[in-house]
Amino acid sequence: MKTSADCENKNYLEYVKAISPKTKEKRSLFHAFWVGGVICMIGQILRMIYESLIGLQGDELASYVSMTMIFLGAFLTGLGVYDRIGKYAGGGSIVPITGFANSVVSPAMEFKTEGYIYGTAAKMFIIAGPIIVFGVASSVLVGILYFIGYRVF
Amino acid sequence: MKRTIYFKNKPTIVGTGTIAGPKESSGSIAKYIKNKLDDDMYGEESYEKAESKMLFNAIKTAIDDSKKKDNEIDALIAGDLLNQIVASTFAARNFRFGYLGVYNACATFTEALTLGATLIDGGYMKNVVCATSSHFSSAERQYRYPLELGSTRPPQAQWTVTGAGACVLSSEGRGPKITCATIGKIIDFGVIDANNMGAAMAPAASDTLFTHFKETGLTPDDYDLIVTGDLGVLGSRALKDLIWEKGFDIEKQHVDCGELVYNICEDEYQGGSGAGCSSLVFSSYLYNKLKNKKLNKILLIATGALLSSLSAQQGESIPAIAHAVSLES
Amino acid sequence: MIIELIIMLIKAFVVGGGICTIAQLLINYTKITSGKILVYFLLSGVILQALGLYQYLVDFAGAGATVPISGFGYLLADGAMKGAKISLFNAITGGVSAASMGITAAIVFGYIFAVLFKSKSKKN
Repeated sequence: MKTSADCENKNYLEYVKAISPKTKEKRSLFHAFWVGGVICMIGQILRMIYESLIGLQGDELASYVSMTMIFLGAFLTGLGVYDRIGKYAGGGSIVPITGFANSVVSPAMEFKTEGYIYGTAAKMFIIAGPIIVFGVASSVLVGILYFIGYRVF
Repeated sequence: MKRTIYFKNKPTIVGTGTIAGPKESSGSIAKYIKNKLDDDMYGEESYEKAESKMLFNAIKTAIDDSKKKDNEIDALIAGDLLNQIVASTFAARNFRFGYLGVYNACATFTEALTLGATLIDGGYMKNVVCATSSHFSSAERQYRYPLELGSTRPPQAQWTVTGAGACVLSSEGRGPKITCATIGKIIDFGVIDANNMGAAMAPAASDTLFTHFKETGLTPDDYDLIVTGDLGVLGSRALKDLIWEKGFDIEKQHVDCGELVYNICEDEYQGGSGAGCSSLVFSSYLYNKLKNKKLNKILLIATGALLSSLSAQQGESIPAIAHAVSLES
Repeated sequence: MIIELIIMLIKAFVVGGGICTIAQLLINYTKITSGKILVYFLLSGVILQALGLYQYLVDFAGAGATVPISGFGYLLADGAMKGAKISLFNAITGGVSAASMGITAAIVFGYIFAVLFKSKSKKN
């Protein structure tokens, strides 16, 4: 159902847009930049440590690094710190893989009151679910396209 | 078509009860709030249960304040923001009197007052309790995101008040009297942004206010205060501009409960909101001022944004409503 | 050697920070919510890698390109592309195999921490 025409008031919407407060742009960009940068730097440090001390390489190295980052994101969410970081950094803490972990753990914690099965487990992917869905679906698409490509050419 | 009801027998508010969470208890109206909580879980397992317990507490306090006994109360009219208004229902199951559950989002409080006053003025009942509540954490979880999600709040967002307020309306006694009420109609100007509820509700408040002035023949100068529910900074500005266009200037009289309830609007951006916002501010601060004759005549307009999280996801605009209640000391 | 490591860290910082800044720009100028931003960045990682571009960024910045969620998309696409060289079966499962550690870690840690910790209310 569309909003009926008499409900719509273009002038008012334009007026609201004009008086709406704006995000403090430059500051928020700077916050996002340095927090996001630091999170990635931590990832790089982990990479270096795993590479030189344990001798991991290639895919295995990348997997263990992302596992550790997810652990950190989940742990900080549990401690109630990650939402504070998110409030300060915005995109700087949403986009790194730690933000993905945060979006998995936060609903899981939140809905614990509805039980461990229908609450925690069922609500775990209400925010991160689309990432898995689109990620897996698009990777299969890419795989099949490349497979056809290799066979034809 | 008439939307204003006049109460000839002038139902009286003989007692109020308020309870608020830690954030509100350190705000600008803190000293008028009766019960202050250090912990917004209130010793319960979930925020929904905590909200219900807060509402129960507010009702109990109001009945005690009115010096009436439980069996003298005829009915409870209550509402909140949770799905199927469970906080009110669960609070009501601890009482033995009649219960009417009402929902008009953040305008529930004046809706309840209007209904309660009508029941008393008509002579059907003697004592009616009107109460509403809201809780930041339960509202956040229902309408927005999990608490621990690291998302940013847009600057036009409001902060749901953790608190509950209750009033005991009586056919006799001393206290502020309800003289008339103007019921609102649904106004939808097509605001879609669910974070910008102030802008969605301002046209409804303006419509009710204009209707009230037109039907009663009163002007803004007849009131000491014109109190809106939870328009916030942005919505208040929009209301003043909208009503000014219709020929009324409320700049001098207007205050907003959402702006009053917190000290400085830094993290809350636009101020407080929620069904508990107007009931908390009215039952504490404004009631006190009316009772002590510091204010003589006020108009309370609680505004409600009648959206659900589903309607917002389906891209529907936000219908809004505002009910006005006129009070005299 | 140490200078090389420091340069790598700086690269990771700048590229990772840059990707996050793009996300913040989207938040500021459009009304995209965080869930959608994650999806868009993931898909752009998948597409860029399918076109063979994201690999350059990964080689250049290391974790600066793999830690953002677009790196997760890169991992998925890369796995699928490598699998496509072998067989249709590997083309289909390659993406998820490559990203399996991330998904497993998210579910396992997510559940453990959800059981251990409780949501706390916000004061501001």
